[in-house]
Amino acid sequence: MEKTGRTMLAKIWDQHVIARLSEDTDLLHVDRHLLHDLGGSRGLLDLKSRGLKVHNPELTFATPDHAISTAHGRAGTSKIGQDLLAALRAETAASGITMFDVDQPGQGIVHVIGPELGLSLPGVTIVCGDSHTCTHGGLGALAFGIGSSELTHVLATQALIQRRPKTLRARFEGKLPLGVTAKDMILALIGHIGAAGGTGYAVEYAGSTIRDLPIEGRLTICNLSIELGAKMGMVAPDETTFEFLRGRPYAPQGALWEQAVTAWRQLPSDPDAVFDREVVIDVEKIIPQVTWGISPEHVIGVDGRIPDPGAVDDPARRAAIETALEYMGLQAGAPIAGTPVDWVFIGSCTNSRLSDLRAAAEVARGRKVAAGVRAWVVPGSETIKREAVAEGLDKIFTEAGFEWREPGCSMCLAANGEVVAPGQRSVSTSNRNFVGRQGPRARTHLASPASAAASAIAGAITDVRMMGR
Amino acid sequence: MPQPFNKLTATAAPIMRGNIDTDVIIRIERLVGNSVRGTLGKWAFGSLRYLPDGSENPDFILNREPYRQAEILVTGPNFGCGSSREGAVWSLQEMGIRAVIGSGFGDIFFANCFQNGILPVVVDKRIVDSLAADIEATQGAGKVSIDLETQTIVSPSGQRHSFEIDPRRREGLLQGLDEVALTLMRDDEIRAFQASDRAARPWIHLARTSA
Repeated sequence: MEKTGRTMLAKIWDQHVIARLSEDTDLLHVDRHLLHDLGGSRGLLDLKSRGLKVHNPELTFATPDHAISTAHGRAGTSKIGQDLLAALRAETAASGITMFDVDQPGQGIVHVIGPELGLSLPGVTIVCGDSHTCTHGGLGALAFGIGSSELTHVLATQALIQRRPKTLRARFEGKLPLGVTAKDMILALIGHIGAAGGTGYAVEYAGSTIRDLPIEGRLTICNLSIELGAKMGMVAPDETTFEFLRGRPYAPQGALWEQAVTAWRQLPSDPDAVFDREVVIDVEKIIPQVTWGISPEHVIGVDGRIPDPGAVDDPARRAAIETALEYMGLQAGAPIAGTPVDWVFIGSCTNSRLSDLRAAAEVARGRKVAAGVRAWVVPGSETIKREAVAEGLDKIFTEAGFEWREPGCSMCLAANGEVVAPGQRSVSTSNRNFVGRQGPRARTHLASPASAAASAIAGAITDVRMMGR
Repeated sequence: MPQPFNKLTATAAPIMRGNIDTDVIIRIERLVGNSVRGTLGKWAFGSLRYLPDGSENPDFILNREPYRQAEILVTGPNFGCGSSREGAVWSLQEMGIRAVIGSGFGDIFFANCFQNGILPVVVDKRIVDSLAADIEATQGAGKVSIDLETQTIVSPSGQRHSFEIDPRRREGLLQGLDEVALTLMRDDEIRAFQASDRAARPWIHLARTSA
């Protein structure tokens, strides 16, 4: 038999097979299971009602993020949100699951704390009842979102039945141009292959630009895999990965660290590995991106014009553009830059890490948020909040007129009463510009933290490259 | 435990817009809380189904007869993309939907369907479009039949189309199998895996803290 190279997906997958259930479906071991306040206690209660126990509580970790308020003192958390928090505390305690509670280091958006704590490691399988679990792939983990039923299955068995996906390698090549960030790279890829372009695939991000990206950028790239339709996205671990993880609370220490790093060096795809699909992106042609519609694939360069449905022949595509423009209240053919905004939201599992806050603060420093614009900065975790405060980022934001909030998911998904009002327009660093995502009839434009901060200052969608920093 | 699915002949409603995400199928605030199941049917497709004043949108297909009785949705590309919320499937189920037919679905939504005894059928976009046209030609009066045993769908005008489905998942739906119970029957294998993996990758297996 001819020997061919193996992909990183194949290496990690094969290492986790407990039992082969059919030609393409396996029972996989789950190394890390993350719970949050929206579905965690529901799953634990479901398990209890079946008379079952958590199979491996020491591999399961919980934190509240979705339903809690990000106001100071958590004022404004709804009655149901408070009930969910209480239930998460009670059920994790009863099961012996570690929970990182509000105001404690470790609390934060579940996809921010996993890497921060060293729970997310190269080669581990991570699941969570949240589609943005793909984020953890930035460290070389095989991480993906699951539904409520699968969540109960993992609690009960520490395993999951999965079909092996196809593989797509997205290679980003070249040096990042001025003002272009990891967020712009992944939005450009989504614009290129579409919101279903990765459906059925696990994506491996590769190429010189990815190698040069710090871990936080890789996490942002992997975070938006699901907006390509891909449940899983990953980057091969390298020295940057190991340096990021060294000394983190749940990362291996001492001799175990050396043993782990030796194993992790074996994980990258072999040079002759064959992928089912390959895409190459020339990064030097990317400019800062902003979405104009109601799917992340509705994305253009910030110097571009809003699409004109009249210029599109395909009736389905024309109708889709018309629907999006009507919802967004935008005029076909107009430049996207200069569109007035009411809100700016800097946060979410996509872009709430320290480097994101630094990038936004760099734009905001010494300037003022435009009159009539509300701008929020929501750090991704308690630890990031403290680090940002220690270096004075909160002051830069508040002096510029931004609101500095407590860590959580906040306005990304509006499960906590934090919403953009009907008809209002927000530039957001989050991941979804879906209809009603940030509140009923709210209009969302996705962009990078620097672009969002620039838009807050200008009061309109703005090309950050024009801000002179 | 999922309901078994075998055969279904029912009213089918085409909802052909592409990229209908699970936020559009069910808004997140309907899912906040541990006792939302059973309350979701009337909130499915809320932003399409109701006008801002809360009244029904007469233009939305599921507000019109006979589509109001639909048990099958014929969907545009990438239906169910986005959030992993299983509430999207629960809300469809609670409004009476038992099968969805489309050219492709969000991966997590697709998996969640099987967990609840909802059959997602993937066929070529050409077939989806012709099925939708066939249904619309009868103003929804013509029924669509789905037979999971023989893996066929029959359009209102009698056109038969076969479809592919993972044999494991087909069996699970036909029998309404409970995956948790089935996997727990393999608990010896799970524990054996963990024991040997602990030797190979000791850093994965953290110490248990006392409850």
